[in-house]
Amino acid sequence: MRTATHRRAVITGIGIVAPGAIGAKPFWDLLVSGRTATRTITSFDAAPYRSRMAAECDFDPVAEGLTPRQIRRMDRAAQFAVVAAREGIEDSGIDRGALDGARIGVVLGSAVGCTTSLENEYAVVSDSGARWLVDHSYAVPHLFDYFVPGSIAAEVAHDRIGAEGPVSLVSTGCTSGLDAVGRAADLIEEGEADVMVAGATEAPISPITVACFDAIKATSPDNDRPSEASRPFDRTRRGFVLGEGAAVFVLEEREHALRRGAEVYAEIAGFASRSNAFHMTGLRPDGVEMAEAIRVALAEARTDPSAIDYVNAHGSGTRQNDRHETAAFKRSLGAHAHRTPISSIKSMIGHSLGAIGSLEIAACALAIRHDAIPPTANLREPDPECDLDYVPLEARSLPVENVLTVGSGFGGFQSAMVLSGPGARGGSAA
Amino acid sequence: MRADTVVTGMGVVAPTGLGHAEHWAGTLRGASAIGPVTRFDAGRYPSRLAGEVASFVPEDHLPSRLLPQTDHMTRMALVASDWALADAGVDPGRLPEYGVGVVTAASAGGFEFGHRELQNLWRHGPQHVSAYQSFAWFYAVNTGQISIRHGLRGPAGALVTDQAGGLDALGQARRQLRRGQPMVLAGAVDGSPCPWGWVAHVSTGRMSEEPDPARAYRPFDTEAGGYVPGEGGALLVLESEEAARARGAARRYGRLAGYAATFDPPPGSGRPPNLLRAARAALDDADLRPGEVDVVFADAAGTPEEDAIEAEALRTLFGPRGVPVTAPKTMTGRLSAGGPALDVATALLALREGVIPPTVNIARPLPEHTLDLVTAPRRTPLATALILARGHGGFNSALVVTGPRRPGRATTPQRQESKPS
Amino acid sequence: MNQLTTDRLMEIIRDCAGEGDPIEAAGGRPEDLDFAALGYDSLALLETLGRLEREFGVAIQEDEFARATTPAQLTTLVNRLLAAVS
Repeated sequence: MRTATHRRAVITGIGIVAPGAIGAKPFWDLLVSGRTATRTITSFDAAPYRSRMAAECDFDPVAEGLTPRQIRRMDRAAQFAVVAAREGIEDSGIDRGALDGARIGVVLGSAVGCTTSLENEYAVVSDSGARWLVDHSYAVPHLFDYFVPGSIAAEVAHDRIGAEGPVSLVSTGCTSGLDAVGRAADLIEEGEADVMVAGATEAPISPITVACFDAIKATSPDNDRPSEASRPFDRTRRGFVLGEGAAVFVLEEREHALRRGAEVYAEIAGFASRSNAFHMTGLRPDGVEMAEAIRVALAEARTDPSAIDYVNAHGSGTRQNDRHETAAFKRSLGAHAHRTPISSIKSMIGHSLGAIGSLEIAACALAIRHDAIPPTANLREPDPECDLDYVPLEARSLPVENVLTVGSGFGGFQSAMVLSGPGARGGSAA
Repeated sequence: MRADTVVTGMGVVAPTGLGHAEHWAGTLRGASAIGPVTRFDAGRYPSRLAGEVASFVPEDHLPSRLLPQTDHMTRMALVASDWALADAGVDPGRLPEYGVGVVTAASAGGFEFGHRELQNLWRHGPQHVSAYQSFAWFYAVNTGQISIRHGLRGPAGALVTDQAGGLDALGQARRQLRRGQPMVLAGAVDGSPCPWGWVAHVSTGRMSEEPDPARAYRPFDTEAGGYVPGEGGALLVLESEEAARARGAARRYGRLAGYAATFDPPPGSGRPPNLLRAARAALDDADLRPGEVDVVFADAAGTPEEDAIEAEALRTLFGPRGVPVTAPKTMTGRLSAGGPALDVATALLALREGVIPPTVNIARPLPEHTLDLVTAPRRTPLATALILARGHGGFNSALVVTGPRRPGRATTPQRQESKPS
Repeated sequence: MNQLTTDRLMEIIRDCAGEGDPIEAAGGRPEDLDFAALGYDSLALLETLGRLEREFGVAIQEDEFARATTPAQLTTLVNRLLAAVS
């Protein structure tokens, strides 16, 4: 059980690189505005593709303080992660000099790692595919860092925080961002670290990724209206819109944070993951495994479904996901599923695969901080099969203490996390 | 008190053999499986040797349905998972609904598959990319495919810490068992002996360019000149002792008694590397002293700099020639995340058989290392083994296994931990 | 004119997605069974769709493809598109 060790993990810093918003404050402003950041792809010519839209980050690595050397070395996903981690560390107010590096760890999540750089390098060594192999020495000297994306976690560990404890990259597809933070909380609770820099990053908007989602028709083909293309829970939804970005947190053992007078956003109160063991890309309509993950996460948090003030949905906007998830909410939350507000921020910032779970945790932590919840944009014609309160179009102000966030990913992974406000669970172990 | 993590089954797919019996026999014979690359034409690359699993024919083991959608390393992983569960005598259908989790480590995912689809895209256009590309390359593919094949609906995990991942996956599985999960299938089967993967390995500058298979990968030798990549690995069935007893598990290969992971400071920082600290922390976690370790399965990077760091760590921890050290991976090459997982399987077999398997091809061990390097099978009572692994970029992991001959130190006070009833 | 036969279609499917499930003896002609009954899921069909479009140079509408639930129906659909372009 999560409470077994009496050590508890809390969020004390948040850093964000998101479409339409670099930084935690602009990110929250975007989410509550209900504006969308989905647009026609600008990073390459997507004309030959079925889905030609994405939620891109207007990210200038120089303006964000990365050195030319770092920019050359790091994949865009690593750049996002480092920039978000810097903001998160600064936001936490943690004094690195007062800490032992051995007690600091890093867990980053990413589904597809450094795919963009690998594809670029493939094009270089193959003369854009014309012949294999032109010359292996044309590849960048740090190609191996792209080949094995554990390098992303390594970059964050070395950059500011100087972590010498457990460092890893979690890659469980589209639940990576939830699973990475869940793992980091575990490591703190079990005493393997006092401080974890944890979160997730993804920069998947490259031809190969766009093409593979085209091939399974998972992404929206509504290219003529990109800003309205991501329509979770809407009757007219036609798939997800690819996104990119990063959210990186400072997680601390609760007493550690309180001792130094840190401001706590939220506690990671419960986390669980399950597999549907069904299909690499498909979902059973009944949502049983996601419901089970939710049930276990709530039990770990010792939280009754009725205490959940807000649910951050996976809400990818594919036909089958939104039905699957609606069923899972009803199964796990019972009557409260109809009472609690539920929204999908993918309607605004797209689906950034491995990163989105952490961006959604950030949205939850900020919802607790601001007592407000972001809406589901573009939800104009609710799907009768998705008959819960999916908070169409406009943010709501309401007291938010306990929040549930869920994720679902290729490979059959289903994850759920419960976050609780700093005042929600009291000072001693429950 | 903390629950014991026991190993009740293993599935091995290695250059040295299919199945753990064949692998163990080959390893004891000192039969190196390193040879010229056959899976592609390596003639245009400076390094042309690999540890391939030559006898693995996917069609012999898997339904045709799985072949179009899987990379070669995933096929090997699926077969290893079949064998591990069978070895443990497990019928997943008869276990609790969410009773079995899966944690694997990956390094580059289904890279050969990914390369083919990059070629389809760049040569022929987006319409030529396979529907399977959306998961066949990604790092979680083995975890997902294994869970589907056997209906395993417990917690899923996939870690990427290069080679250290082979141990990190087992550490993660052990954590899940402590949280009440009865069983986890964990480990790694990995490797990318394919053209694009080869370019990535070559780029490290640490790959051996020696054409003679008997001289190419010689860690701790005066002529250490880099590593040879390979493919394969092992998956282990891990259970809490309580769960294993409850289902009447037939055997215990041993216990995962300790585990720790550390990370190195940045190059040029002047701070020491942290492999030593990982080893120490794993022993602390196991509540064992260095003197109680009977054998070390070394990371054995194969480059002079990295070998020196490991030798120094071992000297500091155990004293000069203070513990037998072996690297059976000299027979397989380095299997990415699969290598350390295979080392754990080999170590458990060594404990069971009371034989330390050899490090091969070491003609002249570097004397400064002051290692007791085991270069011929050594018969000796073995109760405890330490396995070390490092990943590119600074990852260090260490894992301690104790064998069936040491029924455990269950009465030893453990780190304080209370459980709510 | 290039035509698709159900035999050729089944060959393509097997190539894209492996052998199907064994068919019940009493189940009638395999080409009239649902793909699901033959053991082919949506992913197998999407891989097959891509292959058909490339091999036969046709663009198959997604809703039409979704309505073709048996090999016979899919063969008819592809041949209708082939007739239209020739």
